[in-house]
Amino acid sequence: MAFDTDDLRALFHAFAARMQAERDYLCQLDGAVGDADHGIAMAQGMAAAAGAADDTHGTLQDLCNAAAKGFLNAVGASSGPLYATGILRAGKALGAVAEVPTDQVLQIIVALRDGIVHRGKAVPGQKTMLDAWHPAAEAVLQGLPLADIIRAGREGAQSTTNMIATLGRSERLGARSLGHVDPGAVSAAMLIEALGAAIDQCKA
Amino acid sequence: MTQTQKLVNHGDDVVDEMLTGVLAAHSTHLWRPDGAPRAVVARHGPRPGKVALVIGGGSGHEPTFLGFVGKGLADACAVGNVFASPPPQPAVDAALAAHGGAGVLFMYGNYAGDVMNFDMAAELLEIEGVEARTVVTTDDIASSPLREKRRGVAGNVFIFKAAGAAADLMLPLDEVERVARHANARTFTMGVALSSCSLPQTRRPGFELPVGEMEIGMGIHGEPGVRRGPLRSADAVVDEIMDALLAEMQAHPGDKVAVLVNSLGATPLMELYILHARVVQRLTTAGIGVHVALVGPYCTSLDMAGASITLMHLDDELTRLIDHPCDCALFRQG
Repeated sequence: MAFDTDDLRALFHAFAARMQAERDYLCQLDGAVGDADHGIAMAQGMAAAAGAADDTHGTLQDLCNAAAKGFLNAVGASSGPLYATGILRAGKALGAVAEVPTDQVLQIIVALRDGIVHRGKAVPGQKTMLDAWHPAAEAVLQGLPLADIIRAGREGAQSTTNMIATLGRSERLGARSLGHVDPGAVSAAMLIEALGAAIDQCKA
Repeated sequence: MTQTQKLVNHGDDVVDEMLTGVLAAHSTHLWRPDGAPRAVVARHGPRPGKVALVIGGGSGHEPTFLGFVGKGLADACAVGNVFASPPPQPAVDAALAAHGGAGVLFMYGNYAGDVMNFDMAAELLEIEGVEARTVVTTDDIASSPLREKRRGVAGNVFIFKAAGAAADLMLPLDEVERVARHANARTFTMGVALSSCSLPQTRRPGFELPVGEMEIGMGIHGEPGVRRGPLRSADAVVDEIMDALLAEMQAHPGDKVAVLVNSLGATPLMELYILHARVVQRLTTAGIGVHVALVGPYCTSLDMAGASITLMHLDDELTRLIDHPCDCALFRQG
C-alpha cells in the first residue's frame, strides 16, 4: 500500500480537525501551568498547515514545506517554530517523491521528534511535548506495532504529570508544576493517535 | 463555566481588527508596509545611519508593544497573536522597513517562543545582509532567582526607552546593545493579580482565582506566581512588593529611580495612585529619590485585575536616556 500526496493532505486535515475539537480542553490544561492558549495555537497552526498543503502541488516534501511555513506564519508562539521545524524534517524523511510505502509514514514521528529536539534543545524528562514524541519515536525505531507506538505517546504524555518542568513557560513554576499534565505533550499524543488512524485507513 | 463578556466580532480576528483601528487612529505616527500585515513602523524616527530598534511580542498587552513605536523609541514592532510570539516574518518585515544601514537591535521579553521566532528572524536577516542582534528583557524578579531565566514584563517601557534614546542619538549598534543590557540589568518589576484574564478566542478565565484571594508574582499572561494568599490592603501589597524590589536593587541613600505603577488591565487609576503614594513613601524612607513616575496602563494582560510596580535604578547615563524626548502613538515624553 502506498501513501500519496492526497493522503498527506488528508493527514494534515485530520491533525487540524483533532486540534480544533480539543482546542478548549488544551487551553484549560495550559491554564494550570501556562498562559491558556496552547489549544488555540495548535488549532490555528494545523488549520493553516492543512490549507497550505491543499494549495500546493508537488512532492510529499513540497507539501510538508508549505505546511510548515503555513503553521509557522499562522502561529508564531513556541509551537510554531517547533512544529514547523518538525514538519520540515518530516518532508525530508518522506522525500521529493509522489508516494511512499505506507510503513514509511511512521518516519514522520521520528522526524518530528528530531526537528523538535533540534529547535527546542529539549531532552526527555523536562515536561514538554518531547515527552510524548520521544517514546513514540523510539517505539517506531524499535519496530513495535502501531498500537504500541500510540500507547507510548499517550503514556509519555501522562508521565509528565509527575515531572517538574525544567524548560518552557512552566519552568518558572518549579515544583508547582507537579500534578499537572503538560498540554504540549497531550496535544502531541493526540497527533500521534491521528497519524495512527490515518495509517490504518490507508492500509484498509 | 460562563463566558466573559467582550466587545469583539470574532475571536480569531481580534488582532487584525485591533491593528486596523490602531493604524486609523494613529496614522500620523504609524504605518504598515505593503504585504506585511503584522509589522508596524514609525513614520518618523528611522533614518540612514541609525540603528533600528525593533520590538515585538504577543498581543493583549497594549499599549505594549506597538504603542512604543515612534521617534526616540522603537522604530518598528512585530505583532503576534494574543499572548503568542509573532512568527519570524513580521519581525523580518519590521526590520527591513525600519533599518538604516547601521544594523538592527531586536528587543522583547524573555519567553521561549519569542526567542525561537526572533532568532529565526535574525538568521533570515543575515541572509539579506542585515546585521541583527538581540537583547531580551528579564525584569520580573518573581519569575526566577536567576536573572537570565526571568520573564520580561512592564519594565520593558523603561528598558526600550533607554535603548531607543541611544539609537535616536545615533550611537552605533555596539553601544545601543550595551545600553539595552545595562538598562535591563538595572530594572526590576513585580506584580500582583486579583483576577484572571480571559482570551478573546475562548472567553473563559485562564485560571481560577477565588474571591478574596490574590496571587503575588503572577506573570502578564496569567502564569502562576510565587504565592497565593488572602487579598490584603494596598499598603500591605506595596510593602511586600517593595521589600522584594529594594532587596534586589541594592540602592544607596541619595540614589534615584524611575517608577512605573502599571495596571494589568482592569485595575483603575484610583487604585494605581493609592499604590503609588505608598511606593513614594517607601522610597522616601529609604532615602531614594523619584526622578520620573509613570502611573497607568503601560503593560496590560487583557482584562486581568491587578498591578505591577517597576523600579529602574538610574545612573547618569540612564537618567539622560530616560529624559530624552520621544513621540509615540501611545507614549510621549519631552
